[in-house]
Amino acid sequence: MLEVINLTCVRGTRRLFKELSFSAESGELVELRGPNGSGKTSLLRILCGLATPAAGEVRWNETSIRSLGEEYFGSVVYLGHQNAVKDELTTIENLRISSAVSGYALDKKEAQEILKRVGLTQQQNLPARVLSAGQRRRLALTRLLTSKARLWFLDEVLTSLDNTAMNQSREFISQHLKNDGIAIVATHQDLDLIAPRFHRLQLS
Amino acid sequence: MFGWLVWRDLILAWRRRADVLATLFFFVIVVSLFPLGIGPERETLRTIAPGVVWVAALLASMLSLGRIFGNDYQDGTLEQLLLTRQPAYLVVLAKVLAHWIVAEVPLVVIAPVLGLQFGLSQNGLATVVVSLLLGTPVLSVIGSVGAALTLGLRAANVLVALLVLPLYIPVLIFGSGAVQASVTGSSPRAWLLLLGATLIVSLVFAPWATSAALRISVE
Repeated sequence: MLEVINLTCVRGTRRLFKELSFSAESGELVELRGPNGSGKTSLLRILCGLATPAAGEVRWNETSIRSLGEEYFGSVVYLGHQNAVKDELTTIENLRISSAVSGYALDKKEAQEILKRVGLTQQQNLPARVLSAGQRRRLALTRLLTSKARLWFLDEVLTSLDNTAMNQSREFISQHLKNDGIAIVATHQDLDLIAPRFHRLQLS
Repeated sequence: MFGWLVWRDLILAWRRRADVLATLFFFVIVVSLFPLGIGPERETLRTIAPGVVWVAALLASMLSLGRIFGNDYQDGTLEQLLLTRQPAYLVVLAKVLAHWIVAEVPLVVIAPVLGLQFGLSQNGLATVVVSLLLGTPVLSVIGSVGAALTLGLRAANVLVALLVLPLYIPVLIFGSGAVQASVTGSSPRAWLLLLGATLIVSLVFAPWATSAALRISVE
């Protein structure tokens, strides 16, 4: 269970949100809504441990994430605005190397299976530099398929995706929630997902 | 994971060869300009050789520091590296090792060739190589602290220089001292031992400082 207690976030001189508290349990989808600049990205980054809040704390299974340190990261997948795709590596190299570095080594067949699921089979040996924005996003999404982490923090994952890819992403998230995972998704549009538990958080 | 990260950085450097060669050319050019500018007087050249080779190695090193984390920072890979179960200390060590192999080892290999321009003896050349072998990893690992602190800042190059040069000075003194000793016929052993000690201390402490700096930069 993820608990957020009295979180306050300050960026520069602006206070984005103050004393925010909520919790998320297994199978729960938390939809983060709010206009641009309302702190959705900052909140996600604090939740995954990349940023520190001005005040308040985040607890994972009743322990503060700051004291968990790297152990917490093993339970987290974060997809931010940037795709974390290396231009000079081919699509399949990007997938295999990034999952090996995260601790899940994939052999060639497994990697090809995953690329097939996101529709990048034809592009597997092309350098990532030539992929379109939507294709790069789909490559970034493969991180969700290789990781066994229970916490998914997704920052506007549906942007630059076409309808097929969007539906696929919804499927991935649904499946994750069914497997007792937790997903906290910042989004501009309705996710339209069936989730065992659902909660919408509006930041403004 | 350590091995994969080093391998990845080596592949990336190979596919961006131009950047890497630029540092090497800089080193070669700086070292070669001195005999041309100062004149061919043997004794003078032999006296300035240790200092020149070492200062050039330092400057070339500094120029390459932006590459350790810069690219990963820009495409979002760096934050993913910090979000793994591996301690950031190991991530830093892996990237510094790859950086050393790519940016510094070529300098070590070509330095004896350049040393010939200065009329250095066999002993002198051997000491140049050993001192650079011991000293360049220190430059990489201490440099990584400066690189991490200045990630994403404007005028990062100037700032890195200001931060890192004072820390490089002991390495310069020990390194050129060793070659100097060799050239004048005495034993470079003491200097090389000091370099070795600096290497061990910096390998233990610097990556810790670098990972703290990275977490700040990534916020």
